[in-house]
Amino acid sequence: MTTSVLLKGGRLVDPSTHLDAIGDLLLVDGVIAQVGGSIVAPAGAEIVDCHGLVVSPGMIDVHVHLREPGREDVETVATGAHAAVAGGFTAVCAMPNTKPVTDNQATVGFVKRQGEAAGFARVYPYGAISVGQQGETLAEFGEMVAAGAVAVSDDGKPVENSHLMRTALEYAMTFGIPVVEHCEVMALAQGGSMNEGIVSARLGLKGIPPEAEEIDVIRCILLAKRTGGHVHLCHLSTKGSVDLVRWGKSQGINVTAEVCSHHISLTEEACDGYNTNAKMNPPLRTRTDVAALQQGLKDGTIDLLVTDHAPHHYDEKEREFADAPNGIVGLETALGVNITYLVEPGILSISELVDRMSCAPAKTFHLPGGTFAKGSIADVTVFDPAKEWTVDPKAFKSKGRNTPYGGHVLKGQAICTIVGGKIVYRLVD
Amino acid sequence: MSSLLGKDLVGLAGLTGEQITTILDVAEPLREISERAIKKVPTLRGMTVVNLFFEPSTRTRISFEFAEKRMSADTVNVASSGSSVSKGETLVDTARNLEAMRIDMVVVRHGASGAAKFLAERIESNVINAGDGTHEHPTQGLLDLLTLRQRLGALAGRRVCIVGDVLHSRVARSNIWGLKALGAEVAVCGPRSLLPNAIHEMGVRVFGRIEAAIEWADALNILRLQLERMQGGYIPSLREYNRVFGVTSARLAAAKRELLILHPGPMNRGVEIDSDVADGPHSVILDQVTNGVAVRMAVLYLLAGQKASLADVAKGGAA
Repeated sequence: MTTSVLLKGGRLVDPSTHLDAIGDLLLVDGVIAQVGGSIVAPAGAEIVDCHGLVVSPGMIDVHVHLREPGREDVETVATGAHAAVAGGFTAVCAMPNTKPVTDNQATVGFVKRQGEAAGFARVYPYGAISVGQQGETLAEFGEMVAAGAVAVSDDGKPVENSHLMRTALEYAMTFGIPVVEHCEVMALAQGGSMNEGIVSARLGLKGIPPEAEEIDVIRCILLAKRTGGHVHLCHLSTKGSVDLVRWGKSQGINVTAEVCSHHISLTEEACDGYNTNAKMNPPLRTRTDVAALQQGLKDGTIDLLVTDHAPHHYDEKEREFADAPNGIVGLETALGVNITYLVEPGILSISELVDRMSCAPAKTFHLPGGTFAKGSIADVTVFDPAKEWTVDPKAFKSKGRNTPYGGHVLKGQAICTIVGGKIVYRLVD
Repeated sequence: MSSLLGKDLVGLAGLTGEQITTILDVAEPLREISERAIKKVPTLRGMTVVNLFFEPSTRTRISFEFAEKRMSADTVNVASSGSSVSKGETLVDTARNLEAMRIDMVVVRHGASGAAKFLAERIESNVINAGDGTHEHPTQGLLDLLTLRQRLGALAGRRVCIVGDVLHSRVARSNIWGLKALGAEVAVCGPRSLLPNAIHEMGVRVFGRIEAAIEWADALNILRLQLERMQGGYIPSLREYNRVFGVTSARLAAAKRELLILHPGPMNRGVEIDSDVADGPHSVILDQVTNGVAVRMAVLYLLAGQKASLADVAKGGAA
């Protein structure tokens, strides 16, 4: 039996097909069937009224931590994927720093199956770059890709051994996957718990200088130049990193980059009062860095937006700042934060936002979706860019409550999320 | 609860010159109690004070304990070694357990910056920071200010240079904020590897050479150089540190005026300070220790929000 969903009267925004117009969108049997104009509903179609709303290709977050296997008390693939669709994401890429590390085909397959069983957002596993993320020997990229891995990363820590990084970039070329680096020079960053600057000096906390990130950024760019491999740089946080990536791209080097919603919206001042919900790695930086990251996102130096969704148990964050774990949840606030801090001030248009959150992630990671091209998978995000709402961590679908945005009023919220032509989330007010 | 200081004393950052002056003014007459044959007033009778020390400390703990006992508080010392992470119980659990035993005040020393504030936000008792990580050590800052004030008079316009490992020093931070609040000019001097990168933004002058600092200052507050800094790679050797940054009588001889010499202790004689300087005529290091008890009595008194006038306390009158 044919199943169809008709999205009526929304603003269809799909930069991949240069579309930005009011019209209808018809999804039939899990694919995009008809785009634009007035479409007559086929018999039995479910109709979603989208007047006043934006209808875009499904948002994709290529950087999340779903904690399964190993820390199911903190998040599971299912709760994370549920949080994803509540935030408007139709797909997420799950980082492999699980316990045990996702460094083999069996664990990759497990994560993928857990995602399918949950039936919310699509879950694409990452494989580790090195066995056990120990930075010593390459993990089996080929088998992991065959089991469903879409990229490799040792995220959570850098690949410190430059020879291993070079080899990973070369070896990954066979499988056409990006090598994704968490940029950090441990010798400079070790023991640090926030940006090095006046706030860290005042609070008496060891700082992490921007160069801890930037030195690894240029190392990876140079290795990508040497090898021709595709390096994707995680969660850039400094102006220097943006400048270096801009240079790399100008040289035609195969480098792509991402930025987190928190790094384009908050500064180191958020750590004041030892607020552990503002502690993450890389840390929140300065106003100058935030402006440079926003500009980099605008001019295409930074390809895409991510959350680095990192749930922690509440009492893990309820402790001394230096001892608290890094990371914040982001799946359910990212769209609102991005609209509030990028679209509202006029830095990105809605179309550019959709590109950075949907089209660019799909293109960079060679994922299906990110387009309304006929016959593509019917992953769709319907959101209200003007809706104001107050962040209530208790209402999160994620098990994590660790957000610096609790109580903040954000503009923009997902209204309806469709994965494979099936409505998997609807906002209940 | 005292309206002057609020519930807690976690740091000197954020205190006004007026607040700090009041604490020093209260401390001044309390010095006399320690000079009596019977060193006790009943001011804090019936109050329970817990000295919660997660880091080893002799001087600060004893100083607090004398202050508490001379004001008739009941005191309990809880020493807990080992890092907070390796310990089974979290700081928040420790705090809640103490609170459940119905205490009035906690004096806390902890290896993590922010630990005192963390505790203060989670318990109803008054919290006094006796040193948290590399953040602040407010009572040390106050006793330094009191010592300086006794010798120099009003501190506005006076020049104080903090010498040594400012990066890892809670004493330095409390001194910087306290001195600035009282209108003093503040400088720091030390190897660049032991100064915070953003030190200029803290509103202090920076001297790279100890000779220049000596020429400029009215007083030097010489920080203890922790031996582990050498292992951490911040300086090549203690020997070289002494040769380049050590406060020696030869260097002081070149000073344009007589310099007051302070040191929070314990001293590494022959490293950051030479013995003849420490024991010399311009050293006020033992005055600092004496003032420490008085300042801590003042803080206890003010946080306890005693109704009795200070004159009564000094006379030994009822609380």
